[in-house]
Amino acid sequence: MSLLEILRFAGRGVAANKLRSALTMLGILIGVAAVILLVAVGNGSAQAVNRSIEALGTNTITVSSTARGGTTPSALTVDIAQSLHDPALAPDVRAVSPVVSSAPTMTHAGTEYPVAQFLGTHPTYFGSSNSPLAAGAAFTDQDVAQGRRVVVLGRTVATELFADTDPVGQQVTVGGALFTVVGVLAEKSSASGFADPDDLAVAPLTAVQQTITGYGPVNSILVEATGPDRVNAAQQQVTQILNQRLDLPAGTTATGRGGAGADAAPYRIQNAAQLLATRTETAQTFTVLLGTVAGISLLVGGIGITNIMLVTVTERTREIGIRKALGAPRRTILTQFLAEATMLSVLGGGLGVAAALIGSRFTIVGVQPVIVPSSVALALGVSVAIGLFFGSVPASRAAGLRPIDALRYE
Amino acid sequence: MTLHLVGHHHRTAAARTRPVLDVKDLTKVYGQGEATVHALRGVSLTVAAGDYVAIMGSSGSGKSTLMNILGCLDVPSTGTYHLDGVDVSRLDDARLALVRNRRIGFVFQSFNLIPRTSAVANVELPLAYAGIKPAERRRRALAALDMVGLAGRADHEPNQLSGGQQQRVAVARALVTEPALILADEPTGNLDSRSTEEVLGILDQLHAAGRTIVMITHETEVAARARRLVTLFDGRITTDVRQDGAR
Ligand SMILES: Nc1ncnc2c1ncn2[C@@H]1O[C@H](COP(=O)(O)OP(=O)(O)OP(=O)(O)O)[C@@H](O)[C@H]1O
Ligand SMILES: [Mg+2]
Repeated sequence: MSLLEILRFAGRGVAANKLRSALTMLGILIGVAAVILLVAVGNGSAQAVNRSIEALGTNTITVSSTARGGTTPSALTVDIAQSLHDPALAPDVRAVSPVVSSAPTMTHAGTEYPVAQFLGTHPTYFGSSNSPLAAGAAFTDQDVAQGRRVVVLGRTVATELFADTDPVGQQVTVGGALFTVVGVLAEKSSASGFADPDDLAVAPLTAVQQTITGYGPVNSILVEATGPDRVNAAQQQVTQILNQRLDLPAGTTATGRGGAGADAAPYRIQNAAQLLATRTETAQTFTVLLGTVAGISLLVGGIGITNIMLVTVTERTREIGIRKALGAPRRTILTQFLAEATMLSVLGGGLGVAAALIGSRFTIVGVQPVIVPSSVALALGVSVAIGLFFGSVPASRAAGLRPIDALRYE
Repeated sequence: MTLHLVGHHHRTAAARTRPVLDVKDLTKVYGQGEATVHALRGVSLTVAAGDYVAIMGSSGSGKSTLMNILGCLDVPSTGTYHLDGVDVSRLDDARLALVRNRRIGFVFQSFNLIPRTSAVANVELPLAYAGIKPAERRRRALAALDMVGLAGRADHEPNQLSGGQQQRVAVARALVTEPALILADEPTGNLDSRSTEEVLGILDQLHAAGRTIVMITHETEVAARARRLVTLFDGRITTDVRQDGAR
């Protein structure tokens, strides 16, 4: 009997028991689809976090003041900020933007909106913070020099104040002064649960100092390194200059969270990678958790497949007895049952992959799933292996029986 | 109907033709302890090529047990079985499969058709295992079904057929490979007199064509068609007579 014939027999066997075949395939389908999709959701959320890191700029270092009162000599000033832009002492610094921030209420034609962040800074801020414009143009160095009252709005502020009309060229009132909108920032992709990065407005430093904050120290200094791998070097150079300017001992460090001691620097210096390391960790925990759930569902799916396959063979032991009585050799029977199991598990697994691919096109709990190819291989491999094993092992047991024992099997 | 006891007459016949079936001191014990059943208690029997044997006996006398051993579907507890001079207990699985497929056509008491599979596909099955091409297979299966008067039911599945029709499909399946040895366990048990006559007619034809037939039956009229009548009682052969098999 040729292999093709045996395959045809197997196909007929699958078709002859439609409900059973369908249930087996459904078990495999669900197992495979669940694993692929859950891993894809975990992966998707991790990628969303990555994107938000990139949105904040991976090249940036933020120096923020920790001094209270604002006028202490150690406070960060525009002068200090400018001293950081020094090709000799800080060759790895590309741009420096001093930033003052406040949270005033913005008004336009009777609509009021309390903006989360109203920033006064230099035009380099847009490049450093990875904030391209969607409409209009950014303000220029000249605008800063002349203290011109122009403003660039974040997407959220623009929609809150102007709804559907084009804000560029319109005027808004902030702290009693009129600002002309010159541009709107492109929307930043935001991972769910984090603060809205589009709820801000950016104006020239001088204009904001003049109208809102006064000419005191700045709140923070945004430093852009020349490249992602130069961030640490730039951070060291910046620290050195700051310590010198602020008359601090040479060894003083002021990174991250360790600013509690009495001899701590009056400023804090953080880079984006540090800032978001915690978030990445959280995302990884999430992926591991989902992976575990997926593994369990694969196990449960596998038990389901095993069960149906066992029932199938019990049911078909009589049939195996008949086939043996008619002169089917053991090998032919084994090949047929193995082929049937292969058809069911490969077809079920394939449909499971298809279901997962379709499912991954929808957003699941606010996350756009991203398929991990290795999860497809793993899920498919495990369920096909289970299908094959439990399809063929009991069949081989039945094929080894004497025909009369197989016929009497109950 | 003329009956004569097996005597020198039989012995000369046996010497003339080589025995196809030769069993000696067969016993078969089922179960153990309290539940032990001695289904066969020492059966010795030789059947010559071309003979037509009917086996009778009350229910539970061990007829089916004997037939299953003769059909290489079961093995005896003790005793020997030579088929065409070959000791069956020495054959491996592949050889046994070959013997079942090429040498023996078996009709089961309980039909044993494969469910959810059409009559013609059931009849084709032994041919498929014999490695015959699909077109040729289909032609021969349909011819065999035609022979048992079921050409019109070829595409029906077993559960769409009456008991008698299922039995005739089982007969067709046993005949389709044209085996030299036909073992039939009550092939007419579920048939009306007309269908019985048809099946017996087929067996007569096969006998005339030189095939060896062993058939179990409960009906004396059916047994009368055979050339030799063996009676079993409680796992032993009690009578073994030649008869003329007159129609
Ligand atoms: N698998 C088995 N396990 C235990 N006992 C069995 C088994 N098969 C048959 N028997 C017993 O062996 C004896 C002979 O059974 P067998 O089927 O050979 O009878 P039979 O002559 O064919 O009867 P019938 O005319 O009713 O078909 C019976 O007593 C039966 O109960
Ligand atoms: Mg019986």
